[in-house]
Amino acid sequence: MNENYFYHALRIDHKICFGCTLCMRNCPTEAIRVRNGKATIYENKCVDCGECYKVCPSGAVYVAEDDFQSIYNFKHRVVLMPSVFLGQFPEEIKASQVYSVITEIGFNHVFEVEASAFLHSILSNKYIRENETKKPLISTFCPAIVRLIQVKFPALVDNLIPIKAPVDFTAIYIRKKLIEEGANPEDIGIFYITPCAAKIAATKSPVGEDVSTVDGVLNMDTMYNIVLKEIKQKKEFSKNITANNDVTSDCVIFSLTNGERRLNNFKKSFAIDEIHNVIEFLERVEDDEIEDLDFLELRACDESCAGGILTCGNRFLINDRMMQRAKKLAERERNGETSRRKAIMNEREYLTQNSHVGKIKPRSMMVLDEDRSVAFQKLTRIKEIESKLPHTDCNVCGAPSCHALAEDVAFDRAEMTDCVFMQRNLEKRGSLKVEESVEIMKNIWGEDKLKDYILNK
Amino acid sequence: MMHNEFTVVEGDFANAGKASSEIKKTLKQLNIDNQKIKKIVVAVYEAEVNAIAHAYGGTIYVDLDEEKICVLIKDKGPGIPDIARAMEKGFSTASAKVREMGFGAGMGLPNIKNNVDELDIQTEIGVGTEIKMIVNFNS
Repeated sequence: MNENYFYHALRIDHKICFGCTLCMRNCPTEAIRVRNGKATIYENKCVDCGECYKVCPSGAVYVAEDDFQSIYNFKHRVVLMPSVFLGQFPEEIKASQVYSVITEIGFNHVFEVEASAFLHSILSNKYIRENETKKPLISTFCPAIVRLIQVKFPALVDNLIPIKAPVDFTAIYIRKKLIEEGANPEDIGIFYITPCAAKIAATKSPVGEDVSTVDGVLNMDTMYNIVLKEIKQKKEFSKNITANNDVTSDCVIFSLTNGERRLNNFKKSFAIDEIHNVIEFLERVEDDEIEDLDFLELRACDESCAGGILTCGNRFLINDRMMQRAKKLAERERNGETSRRKAIMNEREYLTQNSHVGKIKPRSMMVLDEDRSVAFQKLTRIKEIESKLPHTDCNVCGAPSCHALAEDVAFDRAEMTDCVFMQRNLEKRGSLKVEESVEIMKNIWGEDKLKDYILNK
Repeated sequence: MMHNEFTVVEGDFANAGKASSEIKKTLKQLNIDNQKIKKIVVAVYEAEVNAIAHAYGGTIYVDLDEEKICVLIKDKGPGIPDIARAMEKGFSTASAKVREMGFGAGMGLPNIKNNVDELDIQTEIGVGTEIKMIVNFNS
């Protein structure tokens, strides 16, 4: 349990964090504690969903990203742009302007991630049909969901569809193309613009894989700022750059809720977004409560990738812009102005050969110990401690709930006396001095929050 | 040994599954095989529904140690007149109202039997029923 399983892109800046507990209270896996007045993350429990980032009032939670300058380590610089990126920009900004600016700020190639979404769904659907016994099959598109299942629903790990994400397919495709065109593999740098922290984490330590298909990740908000500034300051745009037109109308909205589900026609399937909704549903799936379930599209963010923590602007507006774009594309497809068959499909065979991810392993954070009798002792201890706690879930001990404190105490990560009710009782009994209680509180909340400011006023 | 109790209220299908999901949480922590957990959850859930549908509610007693889980469901219901028939798949005495809610398919007791290592049913007409089930973790 102590070894660190995952790379995490979500970090907390302790210079900014003032220990407000909002992140701790909202974390769906109880991965956060307050120590020394600052929020800290239990890395093995964190699934990179980004709920903490969303609720942080001070901007202390941040997403570690690669330095933009690192693109210049490569001669052939490719940017992989998910369609949700175009959805960030207001209607008056054209896709061709965004493409034009992106090439000017340093990239030689711009490619839309969802170019491979169609192939991805062909392969997923095939896998679902061929694996009836593993039903329901669960999409692996959202990396936060994959991690959530690994740590919280280990029984469902075998239900995950072991197929790479569209971003991987597209990266593999481009790398192959560039090498065929004569590029030295070491000179190719593929950068992905990410709407969330989970995609970064998945890219840095891919589940079931040793190496990543991309060379770097750029945060969507950073790129939005760079691109929008350029567009605002520019009067002329080079006329010869047009949007690449790699993506079909139905794939443009692949990353939105229902995007994957609408590309298959299984009898009973669900598209569920927002991590608490997903957890609630998975509890039922785990118990086999829902019969004949074929496929589940699960996404950690509300409105799926349009609600990614690194997107800029309102998720419903982003969603709408993407839907409008898909509509326009569909019309052009109907009028024969653009083909639904894209160049990437010529590499179908090669991509199919490289489509599988390695074994996705359960990494349960629920298991108290691998050895059942040790686990049983721990469990007995947790129950015993919990029965003495007040069940107020007040957070004053620096844990998200009385249960979480009980677990921390059983694992020697906290003390019973961290509980403020416990302190009062012990003080009353004379076995704890007030000064000692204050010291305990200082350890949890930091010196600042326990200054004698009331008396000094 | 760890002990836990749950109360089951007659007709309260909305809350069926409380005991089984609590048990699931505990067993997950003990590193019990997932398939085994599923079996226990299904058996306890069926027993919960039985008590809600047929037996005016009741109490569930859960005893857990390192080796096994023992679940006892006691009710003060009408009793089971013919246990052998009740164990037949598809045999049901559920009312139309219960069936309308999607329960009462006659799979309750057969389903429990299939999922546990030991099953003991004590019943007396007009007095009540006690269903005791044991699942060994090592078997």
